[in-house]
Amino acid sequence: MKESAEVIAGVFILLGTIISLISAIGLVRLPDVYTRSHAASKSSTVGVLFILIGTLLYFLISEGYFSIRLILGIIFVFLTAPVGAHVISRAAYRANVPLTKSSVEDELKDYFQEHEKERG
Amino acid sequence: MKPKPNDVILHTVTKLAAVIIFTFSIDLFWAGHHFPGGGFIGGLTTAAGIVLLYLSFDIERIQTNLPIDYKKMAALGVLISVATGMGGMIYGDNFLEQAFGYFDLPVFGETELATAVLFDIGVAFAVIGTAITIITSISEDEL
Repeated sequence: MKESAEVIAGVFILLGTIISLISAIGLVRLPDVYTRSHAASKSSTVGVLFILIGTLLYFLISEGYFSIRLILGIIFVFLTAPVGAHVISRAAYRANVPLTKSSVEDELKDYFQEHEKERG
Repeated sequence: MKPKPNDVILHTVTKLAAVIIFTFSIDLFWAGHHFPGGGFIGGLTTAAGIVLLYLSFDIERIQTNLPIDYKKMAALGVLISVATGMGGMIYGDNFLEQAFGYFDLPVFGETELATAVLFDIGVAFAVIGTAITIITSISEDEL
């Protein structure tokens, strides 16, 4: 029982750390704020979720202890991390942070200029 | 007049997240006797939930919907803590002597009830009141 729990939890936690590492590499390698927030929010959320699920399964199988706090943590991270990234990218766009040079289209730009005209 | 910013995503998630934060703070508060947690960290988590509401909505709207005077709340917390300390003196014990006993409650079964919980309630109230008073008095500063 103990060994199977260690194997299952080990697979989940290893997967989570690898995804988090990929997220960190993306944060260093990508060119501008928006692509970086794409890398940082999605993959690190999934990485943390995998690590938490691995911990939950380990204690559930080896000790029969069902941690409601870990479930709550999984739901909370899943709920709030994308919204944090959304708010940061939005603040960056409103502060006129430029897009990377290779980007093709900026559909929000026309909408924002119209909005500025309305405000006067 | 400035157009109203479109904060639907932030508002919706704040409403859900605030419920989770308040639930977790109550859980931390009750867990304090046997597990990590207690009045201080429970009060701070509640204050964090209220600050999240303040950040997402504006201060006036939260104060009309949650009309609590946080200075009075801090004072009430200190009063409760001192009063539980005095409780032991009535029965001839020392100041801050704690009592506990096992009671057969209708829903929970046999439960351990201790007067330390009342002391913790006082600590939590004092922490919430102090934290929110500091934050609102800084944020409402007008030049």
